[in-house]
Amino acid sequence: MSVDKLKDAVKQILNEVDIVIGYTEGFDKVHATPLFINTQDKVDQLIWDQRCVHNLASYLPSLKRKKVGVIVKGCDSRTIVQYIQEGLINRENVKIIGLPCSGVISLKKLLKAVDFANIDDITFEDNGNVNVKTEKETKTLSLMDIAPDKCKTCQYPTPLIYDILIGDPIKSDKPKESVYEDIIEFDKKSLEEKLAYWQKVFDRCIRCYACRNACPMCVCQDSCIAESREPHWISQRATLTEKFMFHLIHTVHLAGRCVECGECERACPMGIPVNTLKRKINLEMKELFDYVPGVNPDDKPPMYTFNVDELKIKEHKIG
Amino acid sequence: MSGLENKEMKIVGFLCNWCSYGGADTAGVSRFKQPTDLRIIRVPCSGRVNPLFVVKALLNGADGILVSGCHPRDCHYSDGNFYARRRLEMLKRLLPFLGIDHRRFHYTWVSASEGARWQQVVKDFTEVIHKLGPLNLTREA
Repeated sequence: MSVDKLKDAVKQILNEVDIVIGYTEGFDKVHATPLFINTQDKVDQLIWDQRCVHNLASYLPSLKRKKVGVIVKGCDSRTIVQYIQEGLINRENVKIIGLPCSGVISLKKLLKAVDFANIDDITFEDNGNVNVKTEKETKTLSLMDIAPDKCKTCQYPTPLIYDILIGDPIKSDKPKESVYEDIIEFDKKSLEEKLAYWQKVFDRCIRCYACRNACPMCVCQDSCIAESREPHWISQRATLTEKFMFHLIHTVHLAGRCVECGECERACPMGIPVNTLKRKINLEMKELFDYVPGVNPDDKPPMYTFNVDELKIKEHKIG
Repeated sequence: MSGLENKEMKIVGFLCNWCSYGGADTAGVSRFKQPTDLRIIRVPCSGRVNPLFVVKALLNGADGILVSGCHPRDCHYSDGNFYARRRLEMLKRLLPFLGIDHRRFHYTWVSASEGARWQQVVKDFTEVIHKLGPLNLTREA
């Protein structure tokens, strides 16, 4: 897919919308950064490659009153579908440019692969090879080795919702069962092991709230209960109790809503697997209500509704 | 002083005002003996119970949590307990993933007339929590 086609499409829709959100070169060779296009001359700054990791759909609820064009990958499109389900955006105010995507890079994994050397240049080949030039050496890596975990089990490489699709649709070649394999595997451990694991990873949390700020479904913004004094859900003490509580607030508030875009984990400076708990709930939602977040705009999130007779919820016995 | 022999445990109960709180009252008025480990918090409806109430209590020293509301279809606000059922089921399935025994959290339905049933629920649940022992989630004293 050439980036010229993308530029043409953006030029076309720029007459109909106030702003188009895309990607441009970042401060160095490995970073891309969001680009807000409001004039024709900015269109030429657009880029599209495996560095375009951000979920640009996250900007949409705060721009609800404007007409916005947005460039999305397959995974990002689920965010838009979820926004529509929850009434957080008006579909007619959004122009969606879809880009089929066969994987992006994870900066954390890339840096690890080159032993944290400074990267001077990076190029991507169509066959999935990535050529990295560092100050010490030139290395060829496979994209899937440095892709975020979500790409390795991606079920939706082609956007689920779009007005304009650029390039040919891609079909997922990853087995459906692989998506929650790691969750099922982890759940087999003993209670003590699992608790010790979470104590260890949450102890690393510095409560910077980057995961919440990056999360497209965390739409409470300034009213987040993690920071409110009334009610005072968590204090500013830097104890494990507070860290645990913060992550569970995030998890419970995303129950049946998380679209697994992985922005929380990408944003986390401490490498905490923030997405895992949400994915566990998604696995349960699939089993209980046959619901997958961000797939069908006509669905209703399971926690927003009920059935008088729940087929899969049985009454529990004590003990 | 616990109704059971060993040391008293901390059990928090969230009871809906219309059914289960009435049921607990009925049990009291009828002088049904119950263990005293349970501390009751009255809420307007089981639909008021945020799953985070349970999490917060467990993190801050509770050893077990009991949530009780009106029987399905009997909710005073007609559908509060239907929402509660989904939320609490979600939480019940999440807890073991965190390494918390799912038996420490129980949700059930008790009506205002079911004093004897209430006594049984409290007895059974307290026994289970005593068997599981104290919970220390965050290694704090």
